[in-house]
Amino acid sequence: MSDQQGDTPLKRTPLYDVHTRLDAKMVPFAGYEMPVQYPLGVLKEHLHVRSSAGLFDVSHMGQAFLIPADGEFKTAAAALETLAPGNFAALKPGRQRYSQLLNDEGGVLDDLMVTRLGMQGHEHWIYVVVNAACKTRDFALIKKSMPDNVEMKILDDMALIALQGPKAVDVLAGFAPKVGDMAFMSSLDLPVSVEGSEMWMHVSRSGYTGEDGFELAIKSKDVEQFWQALQAHPDVEAIGLGARDSLRLEAGLCLYGHDIDETTTPVEANLTWSIGKRRRESGGFPGADKILAQLKEGPGKKLVGIRPGGRAPAREGTKIFSVDGDEIGIVTSGGYGPSVGGPVAMGYVRAEHSAAGTVLELEVRGKRLPANVQPLPFVTHNFYRKKK
Amino acid sequence: MSKTYYTKEHEWIMVEDGIGTIGITDHAQEQLGDIVFVELPEPGLDVEQGDEACVVESVKAASEVYAPISGEVVEANEALAENAALVNESAEADAWFIKIKLSNADELEELMDKAGYAEFVESES
Repeated sequence: MSDQQGDTPLKRTPLYDVHTRLDAKMVPFAGYEMPVQYPLGVLKEHLHVRSSAGLFDVSHMGQAFLIPADGEFKTAAAALETLAPGNFAALKPGRQRYSQLLNDEGGVLDDLMVTRLGMQGHEHWIYVVVNAACKTRDFALIKKSMPDNVEMKILDDMALIALQGPKAVDVLAGFAPKVGDMAFMSSLDLPVSVEGSEMWMHVSRSGYTGEDGFELAIKSKDVEQFWQALQAHPDVEAIGLGARDSLRLEAGLCLYGHDIDETTTPVEANLTWSIGKRRRESGGFPGADKILAQLKEGPGKKLVGIRPGGRAPAREGTKIFSVDGDEIGIVTSGGYGPSVGGPVAMGYVRAEHSAAGTVLELEVRGKRLPANVQPLPFVTHNFYRKKK
Repeated sequence: MSKTYYTKEHEWIMVEDGIGTIGITDHAQEQLGDIVFVELPEPGLDVEQGDEACVVESVKAASEVYAPISGEVVEANEALAENAALVNESAEADAWFIKIKLSNADELEELMDKAGYAEFVESES
């Protein structure tokens, strides 16, 4: 059912043996052999994350440190700001931002997470996480853009796992009580004791499901033991890429290569919130002219949430028409939302058709099906907000 | 007397009195995972053997269901419109897709019997 990609042997994450022991269905994804689902199945895995806690292997993603030799955070932050529109210079120690690497036309080369480490003595370090499929190109681009006194260290020896869902915090606090009061989009570097073994983790309170949760970077040699310990918790199930996709779609989160790519700008993709205020005024990132103009005049097309009226899912590539019959856009992600209990989609439409409630038609297998523009997310975000 | 046949595309057809009841096999539903939508043709449609007759959608993807034999669609299983997950629960009984009035019973000779299908699935894995 899946396309094999050329003759290049697929890579494996440090958790490959764990997935096969769990009887996961493995598929090629971004050059890796990854679990698309476990015996529980996509639907139940999805619902489990929304109600409890799910454990994901995302070790295929690219991780790197940017380390300025002069000990100044701003040296690395300023260099990264030449590639992406985030206000990295304003990052406080231990804080994380979502951003995008851009091309000269303001198109998205990749999206990424940028963290300023909070650990004492490392507060000038930047930690980046990029998509697996783009990581070789991303790292080459970042390396080229860094001044000579900033070292880029690719973390090939680090695994990355995510623990997501309303019960994730209680599960993880059993190993590291300090995570309980971490703010959303903050990070900590701390030792954890797992069944008598001491290991180190970089943990951030973030994720890709719309739920509260954490992403944990752990040494490859330690990750299996930590995974097993987390999974042994009665509230935790292993979750594959299938449910990861339906969870992020319901949460209205973009998937690189589908909802965003080199032909779409962050403004068109509804990611204006991730462009720093200072950057909106001063620019200084690739494609700034186009992006600043779009911010002022509005983009010609916009990414919107789409709720098909019937029960038939509208998949990626489905053509979108106005009620007058004009072709006005295309679905970039679409499927079934298990928590919504029906089909959900995202896609680009011409700006004049992007208002919530606008009636659209979707061409599915030759038939025009009614649909509505719906505000994203489809499922309310359940991120952690600190109590005052 | 009814007899059930199987295709290499993982459909089954149970033939009785010139009417074939068609569905997907238990093996197929297992491979597809959670079924969320089934699109069925209107009764009255004429299909040729091998035509795309129905579409079955899992959370992740859409798959075609082909007509194992030629004929006229005489009934579609309305229960699937309400509850597509029935395909996961009862692929080879309650979750039949369509009934076709056979126009050429000779076509059945190209299909497999239960033992042949079991062997085919084994050889595919």
